[in-house]
Amino acid sequence: MRLGCGAFAAGCVAVEVLGVALFLRGFFPPPVRSSSQPEPPAAPEPSAGASSNWTKLPPPLFGKVVVMLIDGLRDDFVFGSKGVKFMPYTTHLVEEGASHSFVAEAKPPTVTMPRIKALMTGSLPGFVDVVRNLNSPALLEDNVVTQAHAAGKRVIFYGDETWVKLFPKHFVEYDGTTSFFVSDYTEVDDNVTRHLDKVLKRGDWDVLILHYLGLDHIGHISGPSSPLIGRKLSEMDSILMRIHTSLQSEERKALSPSLLVLCGDHGMSESGGHGAASLEEVSTALLLTSSAFSRKPGEVRPPERVQQTDLAATLAVGLGLPIPQRSVGRFLFPVVQGRAMREQLRLLHLNAVQLSRLLHASSPAYEREPGFEQFKMAERLHGNWVRLYLEDNNSEVLHNLGAKVRRQYLGALKTLSRAVSSQVAQYDIYSMVVGTTVVLEVLTLLLLSIPQALGAAAELEVPLSPVCSLLFYLAFLLLWAMHVVVCTSAESSRYLCSLAWPMAGGVLALVSALLCGVLSTLTRTCVDGKLLRRNPTPSSWRWSELDFLILAGTVGHVLSLGASSFIEEEHQTWYFLVSTLCLALCHESYRACFLGDSGEPRRGSSPASALQDRSVHCDVLELDQARKSPSSLDRLGSREKYMVLASPWLVLGCCRLLRSLNQTGVQWAHRPDLGHWLTSSEHQAELSILSALSLLAIFALVQSRCSPLSKGALALGLLGVYCYRTATGHLLSPWQQDSKDLSRGIIEARFVYVFVLGILFTGIKQVLKSQVLAADAPAKTVGLWDVHSALVLLAALLFRPHNLPVLLCSLLIQTLMARFIWRPLGHGAAEVTVMHCWFGQAFFYFQGNSNNIATVDISAGFVGLNTYVEVPAMFLTAFATYAGPVLWASHLVNFLSWEPSSGSALGRACFCYALLSSVPVSAYIVLVTALRYHLFIWSVFSPKLLYEGMHLLVTAALCLCFTAVGRAGTKADAGRIARC
Amino acid sequence: MKNIDIKRLLYTHLLCIFSIILSIFIPSVFLENFSILETHLTWLCICSVFVTAVNLVLYVVVKPSASTKRSSLSYKVTRFLKCCIYFLMSCFVFHVIFVLYGAPLIELVLETFLFAVILSTFTTVPCLCLLGPNIKAWLRVFSRNGVTSIWENSLQITTISSFLGSWLGAFPIPLDWERPWQVWPISCTLGATFGYVAGLVISPLWIYWNRKQLTYKNN
Repeated sequence: MRLGCGAFAAGCVAVEVLGVALFLRGFFPPPVRSSSQPEPPAAPEPSAGASSNWTKLPPPLFGKVVVMLIDGLRDDFVFGSKGVKFMPYTTHLVEEGASHSFVAEAKPPTVTMPRIKALMTGSLPGFVDVVRNLNSPALLEDNVVTQAHAAGKRVIFYGDETWVKLFPKHFVEYDGTTSFFVSDYTEVDDNVTRHLDKVLKRGDWDVLILHYLGLDHIGHISGPSSPLIGRKLSEMDSILMRIHTSLQSEERKALSPSLLVLCGDHGMSESGGHGAASLEEVSTALLLTSSAFSRKPGEVRPPERVQQTDLAATLAVGLGLPIPQRSVGRFLFPVVQGRAMREQLRLLHLNAVQLSRLLHASSPAYEREPGFEQFKMAERLHGNWVRLYLEDNNSEVLHNLGAKVRRQYLGALKTLSRAVSSQVAQYDIYSMVVGTTVVLEVLTLLLLSIPQALGAAAELEVPLSPVCSLLFYLAFLLLWAMHVVVCTSAESSRYLCSLAWPMAGGVLALVSALLCGVLSTLTRTCVDGKLLRRNPTPSSWRWSELDFLILAGTVGHVLSLGASSFIEEEHQTWYFLVSTLCLALCHESYRACFLGDSGEPRRGSSPASALQDRSVHCDVLELDQARKSPSSLDRLGSREKYMVLASPWLVLGCCRLLRSLNQTGVQWAHRPDLGHWLTSSEHQAELSILSALSLLAIFALVQSRCSPLSKGALALGLLGVYCYRTATGHLLSPWQQDSKDLSRGIIEARFVYVFVLGILFTGIKQVLKSQVLAADAPAKTVGLWDVHSALVLLAALLFRPHNLPVLLCSLLIQTLMARFIWRPLGHGAAEVTVMHCWFGQAFFYFQGNSNNIATVDISAGFVGLNTYVEVPAMFLTAFATYAGPVLWASHLVNFLSWEPSSGSALGRACFCYALLSSVPVSAYIVLVTALRYHLFIWSVFSPKLLYEGMHLLVTAALCLCFTAVGRAGTKADAGRIARC
Repeated sequence: MKNIDIKRLLYTHLLCIFSIILSIFIPSVFLENFSILETHLTWLCICSVFVTAVNLVLYVVVKPSASTKRSSLSYKVTRFLKCCIYFLMSCFVFHVIFVLYGAPLIELVLETFLFAVILSTFTTVPCLCLLGPNIKAWLRVFSRNGVTSIWENSLQITTISSFLGSWLGAFPIPLDWERPWQVWPISCTLGATFGYVAGLVISPLWIYWNRKQLTYKNN
């Protein structure tokens, strides 16, 4: 059986996606969803010999607790110069009031939902929670809110809707505001504040939680140094003052102290985003205020650094609830400093018992942990102390001994908490190994079939011999035995073992089938190599400088993935490579124009091999026609010749411009860029003009090859894009000057969607028609270009307005390169594919993406949608993120199908595309496995892994499209060959 | 004949390397606080002057290219002026290329320009000395099978290795080691220098190694 190399590559990538998915499942173990153990009873107070009767939980310390959570409240907004300037009341509380201030360190991923979970459960949510951030299911883990609800406390919540999803039945009263319309930063907060007066007056609640989103939205729009921040902080300060005064007056009546907690869920980077692990993103302010706190006047303490997870335990202690079971934090000791020694020790003991239980559950050798030993020691001392206390001993001795026990407990808690926090990451090595094996086998298969795939025939032999099937059964049996052994000896959970056995069997069969494929290809390659050595044919392939560059660039990029800085700054790698590529092309074009020496065909047509096969012969003839570069250069007029010389420089200029449009990465992300300048509110007019011009130019570039029907649709669609952006208030509209009511542009966006679908439909119809008729080449190219223009229109709708020049430049570069570089210089399909791939990658970063979750523009998922609908939102977000690579790939299909013999060219292109994306993925998977205990694994390497996985998925989809189009091409070719 | 030529080539190259070493050590005698990293710009100027001077002197003394037929004074002067213009042009072109590669446009202009100057010194000056202001000849030398003498061959090697050195020199910039030499453009200039020196060392050896295979059209 023979298989076209396009179909082969598409199949390989599809299998590789499976492998990567398996690897990801093992690498990101899902967090424990249900607390299976019943709640253990509260530990009694230790007492050496004497009988203590205190077995119940201590009473609550505070009557009322208000948690005021401000999204993105970085520490310096409260404790820094901004706090002094804009939050006078809070500063007063921090400096002189009865309060304790801390800098709470959030663990990455610094995204809202995992942070809420961390604040309420005290545990460290898994990395996968980032992906589930958009669609949060109810929180089943033990947490403070559930405990409060169970204890009959009345909890009221106003703010971010995420809470309502996490705790669907826990609040007696709530009002959720949706956080997805990032451009709105006043109404989200007014919706919370409007309830405040009523609730504070009523006082029939125990816990009040307020979640303010406005600050974070301002950060996303204009960054932490914007003037809007100051205004928002003043607003928050006045709200805090209102709550605090109201609580104080309440306290006088109720006689029980209340607690006011001001905290942030995560910080804000210098560019205003969040999600990663930079110091600005993980440092949040935490302020606890209560009249129960005593404070010496004039005492100034710098805020202590604590963990964010400590708040859950503190709230539980404050409310007299059991500490959540999976909490890794220790409660903030200053909160209980004013209480009696016995109560302090009791609370410390409870926290230590909870932590040691958690340690016991997570590590088998818990008894040898230093924290546990310290805890046992402290417990013994505590028992002695209680005996002395019950025997009514001398108070000073008692106090000194108590202080010693307390110190011991605090040390034990610190060590225990650290030990428990570090045990969170548990990899499922078995799934990871199987996934890696699949990926590496696919890669080997692809690498081994390079000579065949890039040879003249572009076809591959699929081995189906009896030896192979025997080998397959043997390997399968062996793997199955191994699987059984691994699964029966397993202690921790393994995903593959928990699968139903047909599924696991399928995976193992896949592994063994791939193994057989690799082995048979290897033997054939060896045999071929021997044959070649026996009767050596003159090697017809000569390496040009460009091929060297392509190879070196690919290898260099793969190697660079080993360094965390290079991953953070990967955009620099691609910009560098693309610039170098342009210079190399420049060199080539100059040589071709002045010396005319690139005319010697790189792939010399050796007649002996060409005559072997008639179709090959036809192919080579056609290739040679396409490659007659001197003639094709000569055919160009002098003006075009100048364009050939100038276009690499134009491309370089475009790239440089785009590079300064969106600063991305980490090291230079704070540098001013054109994008920020354009999006700031005082430059709205410039942005409007730029967007309008870009849309016009996009139309001018795309329309020439469209069918007339889609030309009109495209024009209307691009007009609709502009209307949509004026409706959302990003751009100024020339016709209605004073429309203050910002609709969300639903109608306009849907209007554009209709045109996108219309153009897509006509395009696909034409492609299918040409496929059926099998000879109608021009109809097919027009159809393909229609599909391309539909994609362009969709991208224009989803891109933020300041990114429209990116789209324009991409189209411009595509046109320039296709007309003046690739066609006149006669590059082969493989080279053109690699260049498309590189440009696609560079444009991924030109759009402002990076290897950091925070830069994904989720607002693209809400264009034209009223509410959050999962599937379209995910698709739109993915398309907007990967628009660069997708558009370049679609241009590649178009470019290659203009050429004669497009079928085999598309097959080759598909193969190269698959190879180029699977090499970094495979290398990266191996690398991440090796670096899984690296310090930056969660902040740098894991997000990149998710990006790589997503990129592979996109590549697989693109390869399938390539193959579908290529199939039509081969049919048309077959018709031509039959005639030839 | 050939061996003598290779020997001469080796000596001239050793002199060039020596001039670079001198440019590192001599200024510290006259200038206080001179070090390559801290007073980098000064070193760049001095190194560029030294290398240019040595190249010119060697050109006058060794005369590697076939003697030109016309040698009137006015011709020489115009030729020299042309060379100067070419040198300046190459500096500007390099500067533009660096900016296109991502060097800051407005800040650090002097640094970028001096990097362009030193790269021109390593590449354009030898080209001008050997080939004269003749773009066609340059293109011929830098394309496949275009060299016609060992001098041109060594020119090809040193130039390419200087470019390669400065290209590789950009790699450490994004790393977060926070060393003083990672600052733009120090790593690139150092890379260019190392590349140039490596080219100077490698080219005589390579030519010596391949002297049997190398056949030049004119020799």
